[in-house]
Amino acid sequence: MTTDTAIEVVGLHKAFGDHHVLDGVDLAVPAGSVYALLGPNGAGKTTMVNILSTLLTADAGRLRVAGHDVRRAPSRVRAAIGVTGQFSAIDLFLTGRENLRLMADLAHLDRASAARDVAALLDRFDLADAADRRTLTWSGGMQRRLDLAMTLITRPRLIFLDEPTTGLDPRSRREVWQVVREQVADGVTVLLTTQYLEEADALADRVGVLDAGKLVAEGTPAELKAQVPGDSTSLDDVFLALTGHPADAAVDTDATTPEVTAR
Amino acid sequence: MSATYVVRDSMTMLRRNLRHLSRYPSLALMLIAIPIGSLLLFVYVFGGTLGAGLPVDGGGSRADYLNYLVPGIWIMTVSSVANGTAVAVAIDQTGGMFARFRTMDVARVSVLTGHVLGAVIRTVLALSVMIVFAVLLGFRSGASVAGWLGAAGLALLLAFSFTWLTVAMGLAAGSIETASNTPLVLMVLPVVSSGFVPTEQMPAGLRHFAEHQPFTPIIETLRALTSGAPVGSEGWLAIGWCVVIGVAGYLWSRRELAKVPAR
Repeated sequence: MTTDTAIEVVGLHKAFGDHHVLDGVDLAVPAGSVYALLGPNGAGKTTMVNILSTLLTADAGRLRVAGHDVRRAPSRVRAAIGVTGQFSAIDLFLTGRENLRLMADLAHLDRASAARDVAALLDRFDLADAADRRTLTWSGGMQRRLDLAMTLITRPRLIFLDEPTTGLDPRSRREVWQVVREQVADGVTVLLTTQYLEEADALADRVGVLDAGKLVAEGTPAELKAQVPGDSTSLDDVFLALTGHPADAAVDTDATTPEVTAR
Repeated sequence: MSATYVVRDSMTMLRRNLRHLSRYPSLALMLIAIPIGSLLLFVYVFGGTLGAGLPVDGGGSRADYLNYLVPGIWIMTVSSVANGTAVAVAIDQTGGMFARFRTMDVARVSVLTGHVLGAVIRTVLALSVMIVFAVLLGFRSGASVAGWLGAAGLALLLAFSFTWLTVAMGLAAGSIETASNTPLVLMVLPVVSSGFVPTEQMPAGLRHFAEHQPFTPIIETLRALTSGAPVGSEGWLAIGWCVVIGVAGYLWSRRELAKVPAR
């Protein structure tokens, strides 16, 4: 791990009308590490990802992503990042292979190496058999995996994953975790958002707890647990102690319930 | 972002658009079926009676009505293809593809160019089919080659301007259903113009509207160009309306594209 900072956020504010979605957030993510933004629905996690990935502009704050000022050099930021949003963003009229080729073409990769990378990613994500079928006919899990592969084909140095495992079955969730670990082993920085405490615990070097637009706690999973008196070992208890309400209380009732995964 | 990349990205987006067309030809057939169906309906069901009311010596025939009707159907064809563009754009907007493109280092204009160029190509194809069909039914033009070139030029201008308008409608729609409904105004307005019957016999208020709405000068110009009659000042009015609608649609599209669709 290097000491470079991949994401630097100072005093980030964002409001939609009267609603302060992000209310003075500071955070720093060292290059080559995994940072998990943990919080219930409506905490501001997606807005945070949208701002850092140049989709939205902040009302105030100093933001540097991959060494570039987000406001002044958004296209340099875009050239360095990859984003997988909360919902699969794939072209349902194209095949899996064509989706990946589209991303490779837009990233101006040369054709021969792009074809190799496409084939390798299809294999890696267990999509090779279905590669030449329209993605409209694919299962939700396959579509999520393709979405992630489309993010990785441009070889970004910094990846944003907005609730990457929401709605996935336990096996698919484990695969996503494995992909995150492989990326980090290659020196890639990952910022992920999650409502699942175990996910942050399993993957993140540092965790930021976001509640109602404020970062109410930050640290390694172990540090966060140490802040809570008693013999708590669960981030659930941490969340309750820090925000005054359990994480699940603010989660939509129709949101997918996480499957418990043995560790 | 160099000009080379803008062209390259635009071509990538156009290829994607044409691939959609080749993958789902039934969608394109639907769009051409509407104007062709209207042509048959108006010529064979209403045409005998409507032809008799045309201001021709001794009353017109069904054949006269066909010649009168073609410019209106021409506009309807352009509108129908533009309607399909709104739906395609809404699919990209609500499905997250536009958001994905916007987090990549892709020229902003290229994101929409694929849709616009693809729509113009579809319009040319649909118009060719419509004109061949009309000729088979007995449509005869007394126009010179210059007249036809002028009509083709106006059709292209019209396709560009309607496409930009419907791109904006598709972006603003928020759902695919809405995107397929709002552009219907472009299908209905030609009926309340000089496209299907002369405005002289309409009641005063409606007649005033019909004579001054944008479609009437465009249809009258097409009618003059394809029949070999002098165009007059209507031609400038037609070009003016096309430019106004196109520029307004382009500016509206740019504004809508900057928003992040909520899902």
